[in-house]
Amino acid sequence: MTETRYDVRLHVNGTVHDVQVPARRLLSDALRHDVGLTGTHVGCEHGVCGACTVLMDGRPVRSCLVLAVSAVDAEITTVEGLADADGSLGPVQQAFKECHGLQCGFCTPGFLTTITAGLEENPSPTPEEAREMVAGNLCRCTGYQNIVASVLRAAELRGGDA
Amino acid sequence: MTTRMLGEKVQRVEDDRLLRGQGRYVDDLAQGALEVAVLRSPHAHARIVEIDVDPVLDVDGVVAVWTYDDLTGPMAEPLPLLIPHPALTHGRTQHALAKDEVNHVGEAIAFVVAEDRYVAEDAVSRIRVTYEPLPAVVGVEAARSAEHLVHEDVPGNVAARLEQATGDADAAIAAAPHRLSLDLEVERSASTPLEGRGTVARWDPDAGRLTVWSSTQTSTGVRAAVATKLGLDLGQVDVITPDVGGGFGVKIVHPWPEEVLVPMAAMALGRPVKFTEDRREHFVSSAHERGQLQHVDVGFDDEGRLLGMSVQLWHDHGAYIPYGLIVPIITSTQALGPYKPEAYKVVFESLYTNTVIVTPYRGAGRPQGVFLMERTMDAIAAYLGRDRAEVRAANFIQPDEFPYDQRMTFQDGRPLVYDSGDYPQLLDKLKALVGWDDFESVRQEARREGRRVGIGLACYVEGTGVGPYEGAHINVETTGKVKVAIGLTSQGQGHRTAFAQIVADELGVPFEDVEVTSGDTRRMGYAVGTFASRAAVMSGSAVALAARQVKAKALRIAADALEAAEEDLEIVDGHVQVRGAPASRLALGTVAVLSNPLRYAFDEASKLATQFTVGNPDKPPVEEDDEPGLEGRDFYSPERSTFAAGMHAVVVETDPDTAEVKILRYAVVHDCGTLVNPMIVEGQIHGGVAQGVGGALYERMAYDESGQLLNASFMDFLMPYVTEVPERIEVDHLETPSPLNPLGIKGAGEAGVIPSAALFASAIEDAEGIPIRRMPISPSELYDLRRKAAENAGSVENAGSVESARSEPVETKESR
Amino acid sequence: MKPAPFELVRPRSLDEALEALASSPDAKVLAGGQSLVPLLSMRLASPALLVDINGIGPLAYVRSDDDGVRVGALARHTDVLGDDEAARVQPLLRKALRLVAHATIRNRGTTVGSVVHADASAEMPAVLALTEGHVTAASVDGRRRIPAGELFVGPMESSLRPDEVAVEAFFPALPAGAGTAVEEVARRHGDYALCGVAAVVRPGEGARVSYFSVCDVPVAVDVSEQLAGGPTDAAVADAAELALTRLDPPADIHASADYRRHLVRVLTARALRSAWDEAHEEGR
Repeated sequence: MTETRYDVRLHVNGTVHDVQVPARRLLSDALRHDVGLTGTHVGCEHGVCGACTVLMDGRPVRSCLVLAVSAVDAEITTVEGLADADGSLGPVQQAFKECHGLQCGFCTPGFLTTITAGLEENPSPTPEEAREMVAGNLCRCTGYQNIVASVLRAAELRGGDA
Repeated sequence: MTTRMLGEKVQRVEDDRLLRGQGRYVDDLAQGALEVAVLRSPHAHARIVEIDVDPVLDVDGVVAVWTYDDLTGPMAEPLPLLIPHPALTHGRTQHALAKDEVNHVGEAIAFVVAEDRYVAEDAVSRIRVTYEPLPAVVGVEAARSAEHLVHEDVPGNVAARLEQATGDADAAIAAAPHRLSLDLEVERSASTPLEGRGTVARWDPDAGRLTVWSSTQTSTGVRAAVATKLGLDLGQVDVITPDVGGGFGVKIVHPWPEEVLVPMAAMALGRPVKFTEDRREHFVSSAHERGQLQHVDVGFDDEGRLLGMSVQLWHDHGAYIPYGLIVPIITSTQALGPYKPEAYKVVFESLYTNTVIVTPYRGAGRPQGVFLMERTMDAIAAYLGRDRAEVRAANFIQPDEFPYDQRMTFQDGRPLVYDSGDYPQLLDKLKALVGWDDFESVRQEARREGRRVGIGLACYVEGTGVGPYEGAHINVETTGKVKVAIGLTSQGQGHRTAFAQIVADELGVPFEDVEVTSGDTRRMGYAVGTFASRAAVMSGSAVALAARQVKAKALRIAADALEAAEEDLEIVDGHVQVRGAPASRLALGTVAVLSNPLRYAFDEASKLATQFTVGNPDKPPVEEDDEPGLEGRDFYSPERSTFAAGMHAVVVETDPDTAEVKILRYAVVHDCGTLVNPMIVEGQIHGGVAQGVGGALYERMAYDESGQLLNASFMDFLMPYVTEVPERIEVDHLETPSPLNPLGIKGAGEAGVIPSAALFASAIEDAEGIPIRRMPISPSELYDLRRKAAENAGSVENAGSVESARSEPVETKESR
Repeated sequence: MKPAPFELVRPRSLDEALEALASSPDAKVLAGGQSLVPLLSMRLASPALLVDINGIGPLAYVRSDDDGVRVGALARHTDVLGDDEAARVQPLLRKALRLVAHATIRNRGTTVGSVVHADASAEMPAVLALTEGHVTAASVDGRRRIPAGELFVGPMESSLRPDEVAVEAFFPALPAGAGTAVEEVARRHGDYALCGVAAVVRPGEGARVSYFSVCDVPVAVDVSEQLAGGPTDAAVADAAELALTRLDPPADIHASADYRRHLVRVLTARALRSAWDEAHEEGR
C-alpha cells in the first residue's frame, strides 16, 4: 500500500518551493515540515484557533483547513515573510513588541498575519475595528488587551493616520 | 550612571525571535524524526480483553508498536505518585500504557511509531481492541454514592479524606446570633494552552546519553522521571525545555506516559522520536481542574463577622491522582482569603471518577476556595441587608496583624502564615477604581432605560512562591557578557527579561549584556519547576543572591588589580571602579579574565591572566577557599510561602430577554509585593482575567453519563475570543514587599484568574436578584434560574421581565 | 488529527470535474473546505477521491440583476459579503454572511458550499430557504435546478447527488418595499447560533421568517397573516408560536430546548420588528 504523492509547487514569501506530498497533506504541515518554515503554528487543526493563519494572495486563511495541493495557485505569506526588506521587524511585529502583545508566542504568528492583512484593508482602525480584526484568533496568555493595543500601534507605525 | 531596571516596564528580550517565527517549540525540533500516535480508550471504564496489533504491520511506514505487554522493568510499573500525603491512603496512578483496564476516555493503550504522524494515525486506526465495558462513575454525586467503583480496591471511591480545624467551629456556629448554609458547585475547566503536550528524544549510543526536549513546566522533574523509568543515571539524561506554548499548570504534571515512552522508543529504535499531542488528545488525555461540590455552614454576628465556619468539600480528581492532594488542600486553606474567622473547620474527600485526571490549573484550587468564601460573604451581606464590601471589611486581617498565622497547614506542609499585606487599603482602592459607592445611581439609571446591571466583587489571598528551592548560576564571560542559568522553565512569563533586570541591577551591568537561560538541565541541574506563581519569588531571589556572589568576587579581584580597598569599589555600567574616581576602572570582562589564572594565553585578553603577568608569588594562584572563574551560584529556599493578595470588581449587564451576560467594567487591584516588570505583571493579570471570564461564563467539560467528553474541541469548548473579554481591564497596584526574600517579591502569575467564578456570581446575583450557587453559568442556565425564581414567586409569565426577577436571595435562614 | 489517505484530482474545467465525480462512487467535492477538511482531519469523513474544484476559476463569480443574486460555486463568503450590488439586490446576504464564522473562515469558505453542506445551524441555508432560492446542480447527465424547499432533506443532508456539483446558488431579489433582518444568539461571537432567525417583511404584503439551529433542516414559515396588522406584541408572539409548531429545538451542552424555544420567541419578535422598521425606513 503506497500512497500517491503529488508534485506541488508552493510560492511562499516570494520563494518557490517544490515539494512532493500526499493529497492529504495539510498546508500547515507542508509549510512546517516540508518547506521547513516552522513559524506557522498548529493549535487545533480544526480551524478554530487561528494560530496557523497564513495569507493566501493577501487574504488570511487557516492553513490547517487547506490541503497543500490546493495551494499551488496562491502566493503564500507566513510569519517569516513579515519582516521589512532590511530585516528589521515589520510594523505589526514591532507593535507587538512595544505593546507586550505576546507572552508564550504560540498564537502570535496567526495574529501577525491576520493583522497585516487587516491593516492593508483598513489602515486606520478604530478600537472596535481593531477588536473585530482579531476576533477570529484565540490567545490563552494575553487576555487580548495588549493585542488590540498592538493593532492600533501598528496602524500608527504604518502611518495609517498620515 | 546605570539606570535602575527593577520596577521598569522593560520590553521583552524574548520577543524578537518569537515575532519572526523563529521560536523553537517542541514540534519545530528534530524535523524528520519518527512520529508517534497513541491509541486511546474510547470507553470511560472497561476491561481490556484483547489487543490485536497485527493489522498495523501491513501499514507502510510503521516502525514499531508497543502495548503494556511490551513494557519491562520500571516502565511496567505505575507512573509515580508525585506528591504523597499521609491522608492519601488510596493513591492510584496510571501505567504508561493501560494494563488490563482503562479508567477514562483517552487513556493510552498502544503507542505507535511511524515515519510521520499521518501514517501513525493510519496504524492506530487498525489496532483492534476487545473491551468489556464497565459502569462509568461520572461526577461527584456518582462518586460519592459509590454504587460503582472506579478502582475495585478503593472503597467508596475515596482516595483521601483530610480534615483541618482551628477552634471549635461547630460550637461557634451553634452559638452564633445568625447562621446560614450554602450548597455550591464549581464545574471543570482546563488550562488549555494553545500548544499541547509534546516530547522529542534522541539517544546518542556513542556518548551513552539521552537528550529529551519536552514542553514541560519542570525539566528537572522530567529528567528524574525519565532516568528512573529507563534505568539511566541522572547524569546520562539531559532535559531541555524549548519555547513552550503556554502551560497554565497542566504541564507541571510529569511524566506523562508519552514523556517516558518517547525516550524509551528513541533508545530502542536508535532514531529520534517525536510526540506532538493534537487538540482532541489534549482534551481527553492531559488534565482538567476545578470540579467540586461544597457545603458551607457559617455563624456570624450582626456586623457579619465570621464566628464559626465549617466547610465540606467533595473534590473530583478524575481517574488517577498523580499530583496528590494539592488542589483540595489549597481550596480548603486558601478559602480563608484575607479573613480571620474565629473558628474554622474544613474537611474534604478527594474522589475517583472515570474522567480525565485533575491537576492544578492556574489558580490551583483557589478559585473554588474563593468561590465558597465569597459566596458566603455575599450571602451574609444579603441576609443582614448590609453592603457586601462592608461585610468583607469587617472580617479583614488588619495591617498590624502580620505575620498572621491562620493555624492551618498549607500545600507545602508548612504553617499557613501570611507574611504581609494591607487588605483594607486594597479594598479602598478597588472601591474607588470601580465606583462602588456610586453604583446605585448607575443601577437606577440603567433601570430607567430598561437595562439590568449588577456589580460584584471578590477578594483573595494567594500563597505564592512555595519551596522547596530554586537556584541560579551566573557566569561572567571574558567578553563581559553575563550568562545566567535558572533551573525552572518558562511558558511565556518573560523570565529572560525579568531576571535580566534583576541581574543588571544587582551586578551593575547593562541589561543588554545579560542573557538568561531557563529549564535546561545541562545548565542548572537542581530546580523544582514553574507553578504556584513561584518563578519571580524563587528564581528571582536566587538570581539576586547569585549576582551578589559574583559582585563580591568581582570586587575582591578588582581590588587587587586596582590596588584599592573593596569597600571603595562599585560596579557601574559593567565596569568596576573606585567610587568617585571613575577614571581608574576595570571592565567586568577583564575581571573575568583575571579570575582564571592561566598557563596558556589564547588571545590578547587572556595574556593578562597568564603566569608571568599576574599573581602574588607568595600565594597559590587560586586561593584555598576560592575557585577559578567569575561565577556565582546560589539557591533560595524560604521558610515558607509569600502571600500575594488582590480584589476584583466587575459590572455586568444581563439581557432581560436572552439572559446573555455582558461585561461593562472590570477592575483589579493587586498586591504582588515588589514589581520587577509592571508590564509583564499587568500582562499576567490580563491573561488571568480572560481565563477567569472563560471559566465563569463559557468553559466547562461536558461529560455525559457514560463518561464521554462531549465538547473535546475548540468548537464546543468555549475559550473566549477578544469579543468575550472585557474591553478594558482597569488595574491598580499596591506594593507591600514580602519580608521573606531579598527583593520583597510575591508571585503574580495566577492572580488574574482566581476570583472570577466568585466575582461573576456576585455580579450576576446582584443584577438578577437570584442566588447563584453554581458556576460557570450560561445564558441557558440563567434563563432556567429566572424561570424557577419566577415560578417560586408565582409568576411564570414574567420570567423575562426586568421588574419581576429582582428579589432578595433566598437562603436557609435561621436566626436566634 | 490527520486525514486518512485519499486520491485527489484537480480539474481545470467543470466538465473534467464532473467526469471525475462520475468515475468514483466515493468521491467528494472540495471547494472552500472549511467544513470538509476538519471532518477529514477528525476522520469523520474519508472519501476515496476528492475533486478539488479550486482551480476552476470561472466558478468564482457573484452576479446580480433585478431577478436576484447568482453565486458561483467558488465565490468565497468574503466576495459575496463585499459585493455591494449583491447587498443591494438581496440585503439578507450581507446581513447573514457577517454572522458566518470569522473573517478568516469566510475568506476561504464558499457560500454555495455552505448551502449544500446543509447544516441547519448555519445561516446561509436558512437564507436560501427564506428567500425561496435555488441551487443549480451539474453532473455528466446535465443540469437541474433544486429549489430550496427540496434541497434540505435531513440533518446535514441535501438532495444533491454524489455525482453532482452545486455550481450556483440563486438568491431572489428582495421585493421593493420589503425590509429584512437576521437575529441570532451565539455563545461566542462567530460561533454557530444557539438560535437564529431571518426575516423578510413587506408591510401590507407579507412576512416570512426562517430559522436555524432550532430544527433539523432550515425551516421557513409564512407569517403574513400574523403580521397583517403590524408587529404588535401579540402579532410577533403569534408568529413565534406558529413557527414553534414547525420547529424542534434541540437540547445540547450549550443550551436547553426550553431556552432555545424562548429564544425563538425573543428573536422572532426582534427580527420581525427590525425588518418591519427597515421596510418603513426604506419607504420614507
